Amino acid sequence: MESLAAAIAIGVGAMAPAIAIGWLSSNGLKAIGRNPEAAPKIQTAMILSLAFAEAIGIYALVVALIIKFV
Amino acid sequence: MEKELHISLAAEPLFHIGSFAVTNSLLVTWLVMVALIIFGVLVGRSPKVGAPKGWQNVIEYVFELLIGLMESVTQSREKAEKFFPFLTTFFLFIFVANMTDIIPGIGTIGIEHVTEHGSELVPFLRPPASDLNFTVALAIISVLTAQVFGVASLGFMQHAKKYFTIKGGPVYTFVGLLELISEIAKMVSFSFRLFGNIFAGEVLLTVIAVIVPFVVPLPFYFLEVFVAFVQALVFTMLSLVFFTVATTAHGEHAEKKAHSPSHANN
Repeated sequence: MESLAAAIAIGVGAMAPAIAIGWLSSNGLKAIGRNPEAAPKIQTAMILSLAFAEAIGIYALVVALIIKFV
Repeated sequence: MEKELHISLAAEPLFHIGSFAVTNSLLVTWLVMVALIIFGVLVGRSPKVGAPKGWQNVIEYVFELLIGLMESVTQSREKAEKFFPFLTTFFLFIFVANMTDIIPGIGTIGIEHVTEHGSELVPFLRPPASDLNFTVALAIISVLTAQVFGVASLGFMQHAKKYFTIKGGPVYTFVGLLELISEIAKMVSFSFRLFGNIFAGEVLLTVIAVIVPFVVPLPFYFLEVFVAFVQALVFTMLSLVFFTVATTAHGEHAEKKAHSPSHANN
């Protein structure tokens, strides 16, 4: 039962960050395409936002690990 | 040779100094510190002026990249130079600490402990960031240092006004309180991001090594190197952004987006 809970935790929990990261990257790429001169600024902001979105996925992973190993 | 795979979330204590338990990740933290200090002393001992060669060249290149990055985020050379020593230490320390998890012998060489669940392996060495103590400590240091930089450059009243304001209406009071709570959230998110990435990487390597020990772990080791670099970079960049925000006075946050005069995009 624990394995099922861990699997569901990470499976469902990774969906939203994946969508968020895809969305962020697509908007960032569009912005760079529109204005290649501002690329460094956009890149910085994009990588920052990617880190925040990824962290939510990591929270789900940590919960899954806690269920499985503690 | 059927052994049960045992992965423990908490770092296992190896020996005790008095009543202080020295865990295997603490041991590796000390080793990383000693290695970095020795490397720094050796490389920085007699810097050559003019075209640098060898390790000095490499270190100067890395430092140039980092200060360029800091300058582009803070938009001011003097702020970048003020934050540089602290953030470069973070970056180098976390990068080397993350890279220890691909060294052969980490997590695999240890002693057997017989407990009621059967015998389990207590490894002698474990990557530091896979221990929540290490990441929480770094996160707390980073967030507190942002506060210290803010007070040092703005003065205590100006800095406190960001969190506790009354003028402007009740909305700003509420926003200030939310910012205070978000400082705690930053600590949590910093620590769990680094911990989750490195611990998950270690679990992944352990599981793959148990299933197929030859050739197949190789791409996962590449992934680990990549994750080590990216997580160190992300920690450093986020700290940099929080330092910049903390040392920026309240009405100046339009200064970062230098070209657009409108500040409605916040």
